[in-house]
Amino acid sequence: MTTLETFTPEAMTDSKAAPISERGPARTEVVVGFGFWLFLLSDIVIFATFFAAYAVLSGNTAGGPSGAQLFDRWRVLIETACLLASSFTCGLFSMAIQRRSFAGAFLGAVVTFLLGGAFIALEVSEFARMIETGAGPTRSAFLSAFFALVGAHGLHVTLGLVWLLTMIAQIATLGFRPMVVRRLFCFSLFWHALDIVWIGVFTIVYLGAR
Amino acid sequence: MLGKLTWDAIPWDQPIPLAAAASVIVTIVVVVAIIVAKGWLPTLWNEWITSVDHKRIGVMYFILGLVMLLRGFTDAIMMRSQQAIAAAGAQGYLPPEHFDQIFSAHGTIMIFFVAMPFMIGLMNFVVPLQLGIRDVAFPVLNSVGFWITAAGVLLVNISLVVGEFAKTGWLAYPPLSELAYSPGVGVDYYLWSLQISGVGTLLTGINLTTTILKMRAPGMSYSRMPIFCWTALAANLLIIAAFPILTGTFAMLLLDRYLGFHFFTNELGGNAMMYINLIWAWGHPEVYILILPAFGIFSEVISTFSGKPLFGRRSMIVATMAICMLSFLVWLHHFFTMGAGANVNGFFGVMTMIIAVPTGVKVFNWLFTLYGGSIRFGVPVYWAIGFMITFIIGGMTGVMLAAPPTDFVLHNSLFLVAHFHNVIIGGVVFGAFAGYNYWFPKAFGFTLHEGLGKASFWCWFVGFYLAFMPLYALGLMGATRRMQHYADPGWQPLMLVAFAGSVVILAGIVLTIAQLVVSIRSRENLRDATGDPWSGRTLEWSTTSPPPPWNFAVLPQVEGSDAYWEMKKRSTTQRVAEPRLQPIEMPKNTPIGFVIAFFATVTGFALVWHIWWMAILGLIGLFGAVLIHGWRVSGEVEVSIEVLAAVAGGPTAPGAEP
Repeated sequence: MTTLETFTPEAMTDSKAAPISERGPARTEVVVGFGFWLFLLSDIVIFATFFAAYAVLSGNTAGGPSGAQLFDRWRVLIETACLLASSFTCGLFSMAIQRRSFAGAFLGAVVTFLLGGAFIALEVSEFARMIETGAGPTRSAFLSAFFALVGAHGLHVTLGLVWLLTMIAQIATLGFRPMVVRRLFCFSLFWHALDIVWIGVFTIVYLGAR
Repeated sequence: MLGKLTWDAIPWDQPIPLAAAASVIVTIVVVVAIIVAKGWLPTLWNEWITSVDHKRIGVMYFILGLVMLLRGFTDAIMMRSQQAIAAAGAQGYLPPEHFDQIFSAHGTIMIFFVAMPFMIGLMNFVVPLQLGIRDVAFPVLNSVGFWITAAGVLLVNISLVVGEFAKTGWLAYPPLSELAYSPGVGVDYYLWSLQISGVGTLLTGINLTTTILKMRAPGMSYSRMPIFCWTALAANLLIIAAFPILTGTFAMLLLDRYLGFHFFTNELGGNAMMYINLIWAWGHPEVYILILPAFGIFSEVISTFSGKPLFGRRSMIVATMAICMLSFLVWLHHFFTMGAGANVNGFFGVMTMIIAVPTGVKVFNWLFTLYGGSIRFGVPVYWAIGFMITFIIGGMTGVMLAAPPTDFVLHNSLFLVAHFHNVIIGGVVFGAFAGYNYWFPKAFGFTLHEGLGKASFWCWFVGFYLAFMPLYALGLMGATRRMQHYADPGWQPLMLVAFAGSVVILAGIVLTIAQLVVSIRSRENLRDATGDPWSGRTLEWSTTSPPPPWNFAVLPQVEGSDAYWEMKKRSTTQRVAEPRLQPIEMPKNTPIGFVIAFFATVTGFALVWHIWWMAILGLIGLFGAVLIHGWRVSGEVEVSIEVLAAVAGGPTAPGAEP
């Protein structure tokens, strides 16, 4: 019995007498999910470090361009829309996995991948445009912090895309065995967490640009 | 083709590193030759290198720490001898750029590659046994974490022969560590080896936290968990919260050095003070990552050897978790002199003094546990009592440094050096040796030699005081840290005393090795057949020594704190039903950890020397190895009832003898 339903509260509070802390080792799905949550927390601490650095350095433009001069908010809005939509399709992907529907899973995965890919393409072209106009990360401490923070998020999304491709291949070759379903669960946690981080980036970096 | 790497990278003109490197290489060759000649290679590969057994991995961590202790101590005694002779204009035998590498390597190695492997090794070995379970939550990840740490160790040691190590001190403060002032590869060796091993530490933190929170034996609620597991939980939570800050900070410095970013540079708006803040936001929790498990060890040792439950168990747990939280609110006391202002300094000074309160609670708990106990003076108790005396002195000098006005006088002096060695040697190293003597019989089935263990303790104890009390005085006299030479001849007598102390510590280390060798040779006399040589209280003593790979054939049912003690008491008054065996699943061994560490080393080395093609190959290898492992369909192997019965998973139902 390794389905995503085992994560629901009903499954965790079945009618045994002992309190939950005394019931012995948890099931593998619970252990894996919990461990991955911890990993995500640690990853968010890395982002927090970059956010802190950005907060400290965002005013240090050293005579170079500021955020308000550089950022194209419409482009960022489209980027954001792509990423948020990919989180929605990632949710559909998870539901298809729960139904054990190959067709639904592949469709969900492919659309998620395309939306994530569009996000990365937009971000890379934004970076390229900025570097071309002399506003690269070496120009000022503000731009260093900007490229590092947004780039770290972009790197995570890129790695997520590689992971997603790998998981598509795993579903195709190994099917929905418990091991694969656990990894898919972790992937969706990862993908949603990147969305949360992006909300922070969008708000603090782009909307907060002075 | 080979980036910055040329023949000149090897220090042909410097006899000391060359001789040291040659002796290390000869030792490695001899050890490998012996292993091959004796036909141990298959055993080594199948039983150790590819093992995912938490006990084996724990032992390997500890061995790694012992080996690196020799390296780190060699650096230490070189510094002490240099300062013993380089007085009043004399230059000693170490030129400045070599001396700078030595103190940087000493600090880096002692914290990351001695203290951390000691504590992580002990936690790895003990926590699942104390929780009454068969392995950690993620056994394969555990192996990966160990081997990645070993990869970091390897890179640091390669820097001894090929190139140089950082000359920046153990935390590589910018702007000195920026490319403009440290153009060599030393800082790059430092950064990449710690980035790589840091990943291993983070994996361990996630693994052990998950294990403790999700994998306890039936009946073991949080309040029944052994104290060592509580302290391990606190330490691993701190790893999860603090090590990513280190990773992020080093990533910024790497971006500065490799891609011309301006996080911490002097020009274009960089802010070096931010590095100091970030690194200590990791660095202060780090000292609690090291000391909290040591506190746990002392709690177990003192309770067991007093024959009493730990006094104030709940207050001990509360104190542990309070320290866990407070450790994130004191980082600024490492740089009161930066100029953050009186109010900020005042806040952090007060927080620092507050953190002494839960620590004081712990000391009183240990004292009251000893009080009225029938104390047996085994070797672990020697270390524990030596710790209590030494650590209190270190704690008091810490409170002195916590007062900003005092700190302005003592900042960066030898007083500070004496203080943190006082707490790290007196706390972490003594704790590691207490744990080593305490749990060694569990790991190998025979106890360590008592006499040599006590002799080793006395040398460490006396040597520590000889080596570091003079440094307190020197600090008050105005001697700063990291001096290659000094002008005032009045400092030399105390420097000579400190050197003598380091020689006594050397004797302690030699005796530790002698203790191990003698114990192995006379293991038949020291054999412990009971599995419970100290009359223990917690579950690790309820299984055989050494435990079977699955620790417990049947998971124990826990009905109170000091679970095994309760079982022993009950078994004298009532018959315990013979447990019914069921087949169990154990994780299969895998070389993935070793393979990942190999590619990580290649990648790290290539990045240090800017050999880009090799770095790309290393990353491809890394990804390929993970991919191949990802398609491994079955990670488990079933152990049948017959095998379980044949190995007889130990007296899970304890014998009649309490």
